[in-house]
Amino acid sequence: MREPAVALRGITKVFGAVRANDAVDLDVEEGTIHGIIGENGAGKSTLVSILSGHYRADAGDIVLFGETVKMASSADAIGHGIGMVHQHFMLVPNFTVLENLMLGLAKAPLLAASREDVRRRLAELTAAYDGLDVPADAVVEDLPVGLQQRVEIIKALIGGGRILILDEPTGVLTPDETDQMFQSLLELKRQGVTIILITHKLREIMAITDNVSVMRLGKMVAHRKTAETTREELAELMVGRTVEPVRNEAAAGAGEVVMAARGISLRDGAGTLRLDDVSLELRAGEIVGIAGVAGNGQSELLAVLAGLATPERGSVEIGGRVVTAAAPTDPREMRALGVAHVPEDRRREGLVLPFEMSENAVLGYLGQARGSRPWLLRRSRMVGRCGELMQRFDVRPPNPALPASGFSGGNQQKLVIAREHGARPRVMLVGQPTRGVDIGAIEFIHRQLLDLRDAGCAILLVSVELDEILALSDRIVAMNAGRIVGEVEGRGADRRVVGLMMAGVRDAAAGAAVAS
Amino acid sequence: MLPGWVSLGLIPVLNLLMAFAVAGVVVALIGENPWRALVVMIDGAFVYPGSLGYTLYYTTNFIFTGLAVSVAFHARLFNIGGEGQAALGGLGAALVCLALDPYLPGLMVIPLAIAGAALFGAAWAFLPGLLQATRGSHVVITTIMFNFIAAGLLVTLLTGPLIRPGQSTPQTRDIAPGATLPKIHEIFRALGVDMASSPLNVSIVFALIACVGVWVLVWRTPFGYRLRTLGESEPAARYAGVKVPSMVIITMCVSGALAGLMAINDVLGAHDKLFLNFTAGYGFTGIAVALMGRSHPIGIVLASLLFGALYQGGAELSFEFRSIDRDMVLVIQGLIILFSGALAYMLEAPLTRLFARQRRPAHG
Amino acid sequence: MAEIWLDAMQILSSTLRLATPLILCAMAGMFSERAGVVDIGLEGKLLMGAFAAGAVAFYTGSPWLGLFAAILAGVAMGLLHGFATITHRGDQIVSGVAINILASGFTIVIGIALFAQGGQTPALTRDERFLPIHLPFADTIGQVPFLGPFYETLLSGHNILVYAALLSVPLAAFVLFATSFGLRLRAAGEAPEAVDSAGYSVTFLRYRAVIIAGVLCGIAGAYLSIAHGGGFVREMSAGKGYIALAALIFGKWRPVPTLLACLLFGALESSASRLSDVDLPLIGEIPVDIILIAPYVLTVILLAGFFGRAIPPRALGIPYVKDR
Repeated sequence: MREPAVALRGITKVFGAVRANDAVDLDVEEGTIHGIIGENGAGKSTLVSILSGHYRADAGDIVLFGETVKMASSADAIGHGIGMVHQHFMLVPNFTVLENLMLGLAKAPLLAASREDVRRRLAELTAAYDGLDVPADAVVEDLPVGLQQRVEIIKALIGGGRILILDEPTGVLTPDETDQMFQSLLELKRQGVTIILITHKLREIMAITDNVSVMRLGKMVAHRKTAETTREELAELMVGRTVEPVRNEAAAGAGEVVMAARGISLRDGAGTLRLDDVSLELRAGEIVGIAGVAGNGQSELLAVLAGLATPERGSVEIGGRVVTAAAPTDPREMRALGVAHVPEDRRREGLVLPFEMSENAVLGYLGQARGSRPWLLRRSRMVGRCGELMQRFDVRPPNPALPASGFSGGNQQKLVIAREHGARPRVMLVGQPTRGVDIGAIEFIHRQLLDLRDAGCAILLVSVELDEILALSDRIVAMNAGRIVGEVEGRGADRRVVGLMMAGVRDAAAGAAVAS
Repeated sequence: MLPGWVSLGLIPVLNLLMAFAVAGVVVALIGENPWRALVVMIDGAFVYPGSLGYTLYYTTNFIFTGLAVSVAFHARLFNIGGEGQAALGGLGAALVCLALDPYLPGLMVIPLAIAGAALFGAAWAFLPGLLQATRGSHVVITTIMFNFIAAGLLVTLLTGPLIRPGQSTPQTRDIAPGATLPKIHEIFRALGVDMASSPLNVSIVFALIACVGVWVLVWRTPFGYRLRTLGESEPAARYAGVKVPSMVIITMCVSGALAGLMAINDVLGAHDKLFLNFTAGYGFTGIAVALMGRSHPIGIVLASLLFGALYQGGAELSFEFRSIDRDMVLVIQGLIILFSGALAYMLEAPLTRLFARQRRPAHG
Repeated sequence: MAEIWLDAMQILSSTLRLATPLILCAMAGMFSERAGVVDIGLEGKLLMGAFAAGAVAFYTGSPWLGLFAAILAGVAMGLLHGFATITHRGDQIVSGVAINILASGFTIVIGIALFAQGGQTPALTRDERFLPIHLPFADTIGQVPFLGPFYETLLSGHNILVYAALLSVPLAAFVLFATSFGLRLRAAGEAPEAVDSAGYSVTFLRYRAVIIAGVLCGIAGAYLSIAHGGGFVREMSAGKGYIALAALIFGKWRPVPTLLACLLFGALESSASRLSDVDLPLIGEIPVDIILIAPYVLTVILLAGFFGRAIPPRALGIPYVKDR
């Protein structure tokens, strides 16, 4: 039998009290695409970071093509032909593509000596593989995300890489761009490159891999041939029990319009148009899901509706107040008007991590912490309030005096949602509610959102997880490049149609309607 | 996670010991006995008659400048401009006194002069705060620049319009006796208790009141909550509805006002006039004080006391030793900033490991 | 006319001499900050360099050994800064402040211990200093109208460290922009994770940057005490390190604009003494102090964004920590 391209034996890595990798074994055959799947925090990223020399394992061996190797640094990994494409790009934004490549490749002291050499090697590489064309002299930050990722793949291969590792590569891509990238990966596989694909999306595993390994809580729990397994089995292996995803079954009893955006536009600091004439109505008792790849204006839409940003044109109406550029608002006023906001980035926005949970329980709602003397905070009130919220939303450990940083992602998110829920909002803006949250908490959070809707609250749900949008929404609105591309009914929505709209195809919904 | 007594008690003490150890090595290198130097400093700071008064007089300065730095620290603003703000505070207090003491009774001039010190200090911090808030100019750089500008301004004024007529020393005329803050030894003598003379004056009471005020402000008011939120995470502050630009400006003004108040100790209390370079680096010492005191008023009082003792005891060094100067204190100050500020994390990791190892067998 | 020309050359010449320490320190800051390490400590390194040069030149009688000692002192302070901020990820500004205060105390304490002259070194003899170099034919060419004063007054007659400072600018530009070391150094200040994933050590790159900064500050210090001056005087750096930092920001972290900013600040300083008693038409007498604070005022105005935005290196001031 042929030696596997990559064999990991008993890899163990401990961070403080967490065993991120616990005696992990893995075999990856040469010239295959091998998927590693697992929940957030299962230890996938740590494992490949060890394989790519970013971290050093506490114990265990790395065997490449039958030979045990030392992997002490990124340089070692590169020397052994391992190239890594990280989830967050490792590019210097204000360097050109060529300069980024030279960062790793220029060996001579003078840049001029290696510039032409690197340019030639880039040309050879793009000639050898289809779909890896990049403009060599373009500044990286000016390139679209898909092309930046291509630069990352080239970086991984141009040094002679034979093993390519991709960590959650599709998070920033449209379904369409994802397909293109998968085509490139298949092409690379045909030419003998061994590929390891890290993802938490079952769909991607089923679509492209030959073999799949499942991780849970730092351990490798199963290896399967992709052709011989099913999504259901993998899901169960990932979570460790049968999963029954929460679905929005009941028909929405959508009521009156409680919040409306009319033709809003917004530019960022660099002058780029981030929201382009967006109109949207939120009705009492419905969940509107915004489908879109990260960075297509959803965050900005949330910011405008939450009062964090003022639209350049257009207006936002809520409870008789009309917000425009001439009459701007702020988050405090929006909260007073009944708009609650679960922010996309819970660790930076939704919580102050070093603060005690009792302090976090009144973030944005300081009024709840004031006693008879409004210039002083009443700590007893804050602690009492926090205790209530923790009990109602099952936040563990239920100790208001612990800092937020001491809680798991799921429990942190539960407190944020509890806090916003507790304000009895008319409108709830929810961004990425389950990012970095374990499956148990996901179910709980989804159920709370549905209950809140049933109680008559209007909910705007922004998520890059299309499955989450499809499962919860009464209406789905797709955004692309700051515009609303189209809208479909939530129940029974065709994922392919939504995917096309996310890619900017305007008449996808109409086309599908005609076709059916 | 380290136990509270380690991170709040042991680590600061160890950092301090390391700073003193290195300073001791320096003393030994120049051929003197470090132990004897320490004894001289302690005697000079606490034992000799009147020395305690001097020590507490210095302490007063450091409480003000330490509080100034710490308030800004809580909002993650690094106000290096205490020196300039204190200088302007002195100008404010002096201008009020020079303008009003011929006409108003002292008891009316003093509160106005104190307000003048705070106001001028705040005003000198306002512009860096405004530029940070609205133009994104880093307060570290702008406050350094403002220190130099303040120094230039004071030279110009004290060698020109404000100089006492008929003399060449760059200082103002004396403030009318009724419009100055009483010295502590005067109060005690009035009560019939004999006490050695020292520049210690009632400013120290104001300094302690300021400590309580800062504690309430930072930990017990909505303003303080917003300030700390901004310091820990600007996105969270914005999310919570904090108006970040005005928060930055107000915080800088509060910080500047505290630094400005330092001036009452010298201008209204100890010397009864404004003179050149009365700030003598106390604004920078405030950085060391805030770092050592972990930006908490109690810590700041303790750290100020330490620095007060260092300054007073350090002055004694130059009398006792031919080859050690009071600038030895600057070395110690730099080392303290280095160990308890820049190298603050150095001990954390090994101590965390040590405590983790000790705890594990207990549980398992 | 010829007299005005000669005057102009003299002003420019003194500008150059006053700008020399600024140029060296600003280039030092450029290496450090382009690699992502804030360098508030230029002032302290400059002062330490000046003291080391003065003391060693006095003891050995050799300006070259003085220069070498100054470089060692600058590098030692740079390494201290690196140890605190790169190895232990301490706050770069706090570390810089510590270095400045430390240098200020240390130079006086050691100075008094060694020389017992209130913190000064004894005055140095001509042999112990770097003296002005007269370029060939300076006297002869000096007779030629216009070209003469230019050659004799402006180009010729400076000590070797002035020429070193001028040379440091193209050298810095070359190293930063034409070598692979410079490419990686700049990347370490923009996106250190990219450098790390390319297999190069961010720590090593940043250490090399602070060492280079130490060398250049040391040279600047030697200039103050054994070339421009005739011995060390306490606090002789007198804020020049901060002005250099201001020039670096003013020059937007680019070599040539930074050089021009240094020359501008040098010109302000040199004109301050000339304008002190001059009654200017319309304006009247300008107090010297106002001219002396002009660099600081200008820098504040620049920072306020009125001369276009100064965008610092993206990772400046952020300790590099492998994620998690």
